[in-house]
Formats: sequence, structure tokens, C-alpha cells
Amino acid sequence: MTVNVISAGIATTIQDLGRPGYYHLGIPMGGAMDRLALKTANLLVGNDEGAAGLESVFVGPELEFTQDVTVAVCGAELPPKVDGEPRDTWTAFTVKAGQVLSFDFLKSGARIYIAISGGITTPMYLGSRSTYAIGALGGVNGRPVQPGDSLPLGKSSRTVKDGLTVPKELRRGPSYPAELRVVPGLYWHRLTEQAQSNFFEDTWKVANEADRMGYRFQGGRKLEFVEREQPFSAGADPSNITDACYPYGSIQVPSGSEPIVLHRDAVSGGGYFMLGTVISADMDLIGQLQPNTPVRFVKVDMEAALAARKEQATIMDEIREVLSQR
Amino acid sequence: MSSRYTFGGDEHIFVEVDEEMSLEAFFVSLSMTNAVRNANIKGVTEICPANASFQIKFDPDVIHPNDMMKELKRLEAESEQGDNVLETRIIEVPVFYQDPWTHDTLMRFRERHQDPDATDIEYAASINGYDSVEKFIEAHSGSPWFVSMVGFVSGLPFLYQMVDRSRQIQVPKYLRPRTDTPRQTVGYGGSFSCIYSVRGAGGYQMFGITPMPIYDPEQTVPYLKDFMVFFKPGDIVKFKPITREEYDAAIAQVQAGEFMPRIKNVRFSLSEFNADMDGTNAKLMEALYDR
Repeated sequence: MTVNVISAGIATTIQDLGRPGYYHLGIPMGGAMDRLALKTANLLVGNDEGAAGLESVFVGPELEFTQDVTVAVCGAELPPKVDGEPRDTWTAFTVKAGQVLSFDFLKSGARIYIAISGGITTPMYLGSRSTYAIGALGGVNGRPVQPGDSLPLGKSSRTVKDGLTVPKELRRGPSYPAELRVVPGLYWHRLTEQAQSNFFEDTWKVANEADRMGYRFQGGRKLEFVEREQPFSAGADPSNITDACYPYGSIQVPSGSEPIVLHRDAVSGGGYFMLGTVISADMDLIGQLQPNTPVRFVKVDMEAALAARKEQATIMDEIREVLSQR
Repeated sequence: MSSRYTFGGDEHIFVEVDEEMSLEAFFVSLSMTNAVRNANIKGVTEICPANASFQIKFDPDVIHPNDMMKELKRLEAESEQGDNVLETRIIEVPVFYQDPWTHDTLMRFRERHQDPDATDIEYAASINGYDSVEKFIEAHSGSPWFVSMVGFVSGLPFLYQMVDRSRQIQVPKYLRPRTDTPRQTVGYGGSFSCIYSVRGAGGYQMFGITPMPIYDPEQTVPYLKDFMVFFKPGDIVKFKPITREEYDAAIAQVQAGEFMPRIKNVRFSLSEFNADMDGTNAKLMEALYDR
């Protein structure tokens, strides 16, 4: 039981929910950038939430199936087609043996998650099938999928109803302009008061360098640093620190010019100061931002971050509830 | 030294032991992360020691960030500043300095370098006051190094020179990072040496290359059979300069699955080291070479 890759789309990788526990060795947790979208797609086709699916950016792949399967596509609005016939996103549909799944043009968002009944069953590395291309780990021999690949599928244990769908009010699309909530901290004190307020006042734009490792932003005022004599081993630039760990979602600003938010394939550490961290509830959203999207960073405190996390968990619970009543 | 605690969003606590690097700060980071591991605090998912800081990742659905913070501060208060003794290992890492592959790469990126007319190692030798590259290689390979952090990308060790601060090599990173670095390049940035575990982007100066694999996701290298990453914080490294012939022979051994690095278990005491650096390093060499 396999799915054959005819064309690969852009940056299409096998992803599940990742491999936490090895960040101290520089191996990031990886996994779907938009975790809610992958979990939902899996539930729609009767898989466990953490089954491996495909993540594509802007352009979807063309896939040919060798047996009848149920498929669901969640995340970005990138309309799927079966033998050229349109299908809905956030909705389970059947693809029969010999039929081809392809995609129309991107309407909104950035990343789709394709779940296939049975899930993709490439070998696990450190407990996950997620592709970490920098470390040649997971995926297809450590790399993204390519035309000509034949991906193994598992046996589907649950039958699902064709047309099972997530109600519109539970599909969380990206807002425009987008807002990313940030808890200031880490090396926040390195910035002048003026720079601290400028960072949250300015509207930034997603740069072209936006991938699984991190998202870069441009267009705000350059950040100024509190003057100091640089500590031994920190490097000469005022944005340098003695190389340290980087939290997921942390915002580093090399030389004070372009903020970079680290994502699921983060580098685990380095020598740039960080001004704070995007809250866990907004990490999925980053994966759906297209280049040039205007973005405001919004300052929040810990209680607001935890409330947002709870809200996000409630949405996922509601999706589980709706999809279990099939 | 007074540790600074700060939140990294709702899932991380970041603790800066000291703004500047020192073996003292590294030992605090290492002992604190060991204490956190031993405390088995529910909800902790990642424990990451770094050079002079460390980071804990946790699940805020299991433990409130404020309670996690309290736990860490309690552990710090409890942990006695002991005699800073570490049971560890010393490893000989062969290095082909000024090899053709890193040379080709550095020539491709001259416009990103401080001194486009010199090679990386010529530049490093000159700004550190060495008359020749040979003298510089003697210094780089003459004293042992502490692995004070593993990360950036999978399995990449940061190494801190075990000499008095006045003798420490310091070299700025490239002006703009390269988009390419050969796998197993021995590099340098700030006051850290490193070994690039995978091919990819990098900003450290390139001095040479080691034939010794240090990361193997397929785990076919015999000494990486149990785990794909070789280094861990606290390891001690001695670089050994090798020739082209020795490099080629080592590569042939690697390919035949016969290469084994020289490794010896050692006990390292920070107070002994601070009292007599040269004497302590000489003892480490005796242990490594059975002298």
C-alpha cells in the first residue's frame, strides 16, 4: 500500500507531531508547523492525531494512490482536486485506486496538511517520522519528498464517513494583518526603552526567508541597544550574547534590524540576544503567514499567554467532539 | 555570579548563570541541569545546558510557569557549590588543518570575510599575535578543550579552550554567514571552537576538517550505534594535527567501519584545574596517551 509522488509541490515534507526530548543535542522537536491543522486532518480520516502526513507550502503535490483511501486537507486554503474534480478543504473525501490527488492555486494561508487514512509509515527516527532536513533525519531518507517517491501507508483501522467536515466556525484561518502575541523576556533588558516600545508599535512584514527553522520580519525601525562593554566571549556586536539556548518561538534580532522567530526546526542555540517569545497558542498561526503579510507583535503577560493556550485547547477539544459524532 | 531567571514564553524558563563565559559558569549550568533531571519534576520536557546558561522546557498544562520557576530557584538554593568534580571522558579528535575542502569553501565566500586577502586561519593567527600559522596550529591543538554546549544543529559541539583567559584564542565570526560549510569542519567563532556535524550554513572561521564522524542518523558508524550524536556537554577534547596521508587513511577506516576514536575516562576537578592549569592538562594528556 503506497502513495506515489508524481510532482512534489513546494517543500513537501513528511511530518507528524515531532520528536521532543533531544533539543539539548541540537535536534529540534520538528513536526507540523500548524499542529492543529495536522491533528484535525488526521481525525477527519480516522487516524490518530499524531499520524504522519504531508506538509506543503503554497503549492501542493500530485499524488497517485494504489488503493482506495480517505484523504483530508487542512490548514491553508489550497483547494484539492481528485482527477481534476474539486474537493473541499477541512473535509474527508475518498480517492480511489489509480486516481490522482492534485491542487488548485493558493487562496489563503501558507501550509496545507494532507492526511491519508492509515497514515504514512516511513521509518521512525527518535520516535518520529518528521523530516528534519538540516540533520538528514526522518522523512524520506532524511529529505523532503521528491517526484518518483513511493510512500508506504499503514492499514486504516477505522472507517470514516465521506463528507465528514469541520464546521466553518472551528476553522481558524489567518487574520490580516496578523497579530502575534509575545511575552517580553530573555534579553529584553538589552533594548533601550524607545526600542522596546517601537518594536510593539511598528508594523512588520513577513520576509521571504520564512521556513521551518524560522520566520524573518522586516520593515520596523532598527532596534537600539543599551550601551555596555560586551561581556567576554559574547562577540563585538551589541546584539551578541555568549552563545545560549534558544526557546521555540523566541525572537532574535541580529544587529537590531530584522527579527527572526524560531519555529519547529529551530536552531537550538547561538549568539544572538532575544527580546521575548511568541506564546505557544500563536505558533501554529505563524506557519500560515505568507511573505509580505503585515504583522503586529502584541505584548502580553503570562496570564494572558496561558488563557490563550487554554482557548486554543478548547477549540481542539470542540473539533474532537464534532468529529467523534460521526 | 548571580543567576538571572526569565521566562521564554509560556513553555520555557531561561537561566543566565553569567553574562560572560567561564568554566565556573559552565559548571553551574551543568550541575543545575543535572539537579533538574534528578528532581524528576513533572511536566519538564527538555533540559538544555549551554555555555554559561541553561534552559528548561515544560508543559504549562502540567505545571504552572510560576511553580516551575519556584522549583528551579529552590534547586539552586539547595545545590551546594561543591568541589566541581566531573567524571567524564577525553577524546582525541584528528584534524587536517588547512585542508583543500574548507579552503575551496572559504575562497568562495571571501567577500563576507574581514580579511579577504588572507585565509581564515592566517587571519586568526595574525589577530591573535602568532608569527605563523604553524605556531597558531600548535596553540589550537596544544591544550585540551571543554565541550560546553551541544547544539545549534544536530550534535554540533561548542568547545572552550582550557587555558588562562590571557592565552585564549579569540576570533570574530564572518561578517555575514556563509551558506555552505563542509561536514566535519573545525571552526572558530568568538572564544569557541566547534565541529560542524552536518553540511550547511555557518559563520565560524574554518581552520580544517576532521575525518571523524560525530553525527550519524543511520547509526552505521560503530561508535554511534547506541546513539546518533557523539558529543555531550562535559566531554574533553584534544585536537591532533594530521597530514593528508593520515586523513586519507582515517577516511578509509571510517568507510570500512573500522575507525575508533581514542577515548579515555577521566576525572576532572575545576578547583585543581584553576590551581594548576598546565599541570592538570598534562595529567589529562597522560591519561589520554597512557603515559
